[in-house]
Amino acid sequence: MSAEDMQRATWRMAHEIIERNHGLDDVVIIGLQTGGVPLAERLTAALAQIEGIEVPVGCVDVAFYRDDIGLRPVLPETVTDIPVELTGRTVVLVDDVLFTGRTIRAALDALGDHGRARQVQLAVMIDRGHRELPIRPDFVGKNLPTRRDEAVDVHDEGVDLGEMVK
Amino acid sequence: MSRQTAASHRHGEMRNLLAISDLGPDIAAGIEEVMTLTDSFVEVSERAIPKVPALRGRTVVSLFFEDSTRTRLSFETAAKRLSADTMNFSVGTSSVKKGESLRDTIETIEAMGVDAIVVRHASAGVPRQIAQWASSAVINAGDGWHEHPTQALLDCYTIREHLGDMRGRRIAIVGDIKHSRVARSNIAAFTALGADVTVVAPPTLLPPSLEGWPVKVSHDLDAILPELDVCYLLRMQRERMNEALIPSLREYTALFGLTDERADRLGDHTLIMHPGPMNRGVEIAAEVAERPNAVIIDQVRNGVAVRMAVLFLLLGSGTAWGGELDG
Repeated sequence: MSAEDMQRATWRMAHEIIERNHGLDDVVIIGLQTGGVPLAERLTAALAQIEGIEVPVGCVDVAFYRDDIGLRPVLPETVTDIPVELTGRTVVLVDDVLFTGRTIRAALDALGDHGRARQVQLAVMIDRGHRELPIRPDFVGKNLPTRRDEAVDVHDEGVDLGEMVK
Repeated sequence: MSRQTAASHRHGEMRNLLAISDLGPDIAAGIEEVMTLTDSFVEVSERAIPKVPALRGRTVVSLFFEDSTRTRLSFETAAKRLSADTMNFSVGTSSVKKGESLRDTIETIEAMGVDAIVVRHASAGVPRQIAQWASSAVINAGDGWHEHPTQALLDCYTIREHLGDMRGRRIAIVGDIKHSRVARSNIAAFTALGADVTVVAPPTLLPPSLEGWPVKVSHDLDAILPELDVCYLLRMQRERMNEALIPSLREYTALFGLTDERADRLGDHTLIMHPGPMNRGVEIAAEVAERPNAVIIDQVRNGVAVRMAVLFLLLGSGTAWGGELDG
C-alpha cells in the first residue's frame, strides 16, 4: 500500500464516517498511541475539508488497561489527552493496525473512565485478521491477510509487511 | 523509542527501591524514566475517576515501624489508584508488641501473598535486610538517617514541573543535614541531574565528614539567598535541642529559619520547598509557607503520582525490559 493509496483510503473512511453518523454532530476522534495518532489527525483534516467542521481530536494510551501487564514490558508511550467530556458523544477510535483486538478492548476500558459515550466506532488503516476477541472495525482502509508471525508496519510512506522482530 | 533507550541504561530490571542508587548505573536516566511515567499518572490523577486497573490483583503492604502521615497515606492512595489491594501494618497493634522478630513478621506477611512491601523504620538498613529475606519488591519509605528515595523523586518532579531542566540549578538544603534521610536521597538525586547543591547548617547539624559528597557547605544562609533557584528546608526536630546540638530553637530560627525578611530576598522564581511536617515559626515562618512560590502542597500532590510510577515500574511493567511494544 503506497502513501497515495493510504491518502485515498483516509478520504473514503472520512466520507464513510460522515455518512454513518449523518454529519459530524457530537463526533470525537480519538487516536490510539502511538500508531493511531497521525492517522487520527489525517482523518480529522479530511473531515474538516469535506464538511468544513473541526471535530475535537484526542489520543489515548492504553498501557494501564492492558491484560498482559506483568507478562511483558508495558509502559505508556505518552500521556492520554481527551479534550472533551465523552458522555453522550460518538467516539471514533482510530488505530493503524487491527490485530488481536486486545488493544481495542483496553482502549474501550480506558474510554469508559472518561465518560459514557453514546456510541464507539472503530476506524483502522489495516485489518490483518487473527482476532482473539469479538471485536470488529466499522471503517477499514484495507484488509490485509497476514501470517501470525508477520509484522505490519504503517508509516508515512505507506504500509510494509515484514518479519516480526522477536 | 526513547523510553526503551532510557531503560537500556540499566542492567536488568529494578527489583527494589531502597536508595536512589537503585535507579540504575545511570541514575539520571533512571530518574528521567520515573519522571516520564509520572506525567502519565498525573494525568490519571486529574480524571473524574482517578483510577486505572494496572495492578489489579496485586497486594501492597505498608509496614511502618515509625510514625508517618503523608508517606503512608500517599503510598496507600497510589496503590489504590492502580487498583492494587492494600494492607496496613502498624507496630502499635501488631505481634511485634508481643516480641515477634522482624524476620518472623516478614515471613508471616509474605506467606499471605504480597507483591510489594513498603517499609519505614527508625534504623538505617532495615529495608535492605528485609529485601534479602523477602521475595516481593521492597520500597524504602524512610530508614533512619539513611534514605527516603520516593521523597527525592517527588521533589525532582516538583522542581522539574516548575523550573524545567535541573542542570546548573542552584539548590540549598537547609537544616539538620546530619539526621536527615531526605537530605541524603535528595543530594544523590539532585546532583545526578546536574544541580549545584549547597548544604546550609550549623556545624553541629552536619555529618562528621562530608568527604565524597558532591556538595558545597555553607553556614551562612543570608549570603546565598539571592542566587538560589530552590530553597529546600528540612524539619528541625525538637529533640535535637535536648541533645544540645543547637542552643535554642529561637536561635536556630534567627540564623537558619526562612523568615519573611529572608523570603523577600529570594528571586521571584525561587521555589520554597519542605518535605513536611512543617514546624511553622521554626524553620519556616508561618506566612512564608503560603507564598506563591512555596510549592509544599505541590510536593504532596506529586507524591501520589510519583509513587504510582514507582509501584508500576516494580510490579507492573513486565518481567524484562526493552521488548517491543506492539499491538
